[in-house]
Amino acid sequence: MVKVAVLDYGIGNLRSAQKAFEILGAEAHLTADKELVLGSDGVVLPGVGNFGKCAKALTDSGVRELALLAVENDLPFLGICVGMQLLYEISDESPNAEGLGLLTGKVKLLENAPRIPQMQWNQIQVEGDSPLLRGLEDEWFYFVHSYAAEQNHLQNITIATCTYGSSVIAAVQKGSLYGTQFHPEKSGKAGQLLLQNFLKICERTV
Amino acid sequence: MTNVRIIPCLDVTDGRVVKGTNFVDLKDAGDPVELASKYDQEGADEIVFLDITASSDRRETVFELVRRCAEEIFIPFTIGGGIRSVDDARKILREGAEKISVNTAAVQRAELISEIAAEFGTQCVVLAIDAKQSANPQCTSGYEVYVHGGRTPTGLDVVEWAQRGEEYGAGEILLTSMGRDGTKDGFDCLLTSKVSQSTNVPTIASGGVGTLDHFSQGVLEGKADALLAASVFHYGELTIRDVKNYLIECGIPVRPA
Repeated sequence: MVKVAVLDYGIGNLRSAQKAFEILGAEAHLTADKELVLGSDGVVLPGVGNFGKCAKALTDSGVRELALLAVENDLPFLGICVGMQLLYEISDESPNAEGLGLLTGKVKLLENAPRIPQMQWNQIQVEGDSPLLRGLEDEWFYFVHSYAAEQNHLQNITIATCTYGSSVIAAVQKGSLYGTQFHPEKSGKAGQLLLQNFLKICERTV
Repeated sequence: MTNVRIIPCLDVTDGRVVKGTNFVDLKDAGDPVELASKYDQEGADEIVFLDITASSDRRETVFELVRRCAEEIFIPFTIGGGIRSVDDARKILREGAEKISVNTAAVQRAELISEIAAEFGTQCVVLAIDAKQSANPQCTSGYEVYVHGGRTPTGLDVVEWAQRGEEYGAGEILLTSMGRDGTKDGFDCLLTSKVSQSTNVPTIASGGVGTLDHFSQGVLEGKADALLAASVFHYGELTIRDVKNYLIECGIPVRPA
């Protein structure tokens, strides 16, 4: 059975991500325990709400160090929503807060958005051939966010975009590090397929 | 334009779904989780549960509902009714709800909105407003905010309250027309457009939908970002797929069912 650690740092709705993996047959732990996290096949960093608040909770809970260790150990790692934003260095939402700095660049307010936050289902345009998004071309996912990763033409890590006023980065991959701005755990069947793809990545069967 | 969300609403009391006309004459329409799961399969974009008889001794039933939903529903769901503190919100969000909605408690103490928003983010705070046409001169939009399940007028103007709610940190407005609720006469598009156009956060239109035309009117005339319905879905008069196919025909963007 694939073992997934969903990092518990006391932020909002973490249960949904854990449940979603369990339903797909994985052993999913909501945890901040070092052995459990480093002994798992993959790690998930969910996140909702304010970037600064989440960044502070990461530090206070000790999960920041754990997340960095997991990535250093090359464990497949998936950041969801603010969890993806935290992979970057900084965010305009909380200029004094530090992200994990695993990805170069920053997170900034959505531009030309009809409404902020983007709170809707939106269709993604897949770029390249990431194992995370196999079979998910043009699928619909649930987005809730006001900020998004800035386009960075120096590092080509975007694996999907969506259109919301302008083009928005919807998912990224750098090696075994993945991020989705949308919520796969709340995106019905398409979301389940994405999480299944992540489990395959964890099993190293892709 | 945003992609319009179709949201079935389940009024729950004692763990069962009920839906009344003008907030009285409740009628049983089944198990909430079973029904919500069916809507998820059919292509609903979100689900709203309103515990209309929430009181402190009934909170455990609500938590039980959230736990069951978290295991069976794979789309966002909102829990409303009887949320009076950050602690209430925390427990519900922690168990797997995406959002909570506040109504009476927020009118009594608007800081509740900012407290929950500061803790969990604005995206999870839905301000539910029960609105009724009013001749009260304080209500310059012509609509007054009611609380306690629609029993108590507050003297607050609906548009002003929606704007204040947004300032306090509400991420969304769930706007129910009390005059239309349960009537199947269509959404109150005037009310909806007034609120939608004077706030920046999404507005969910609620109350009165009965036909396919009403759904498109809610978007085109009411300028709603999301449409909420209860009885037309619960009693099988329309399916989510019917509604979405119709909206697509009207050129309104939705996630196909």
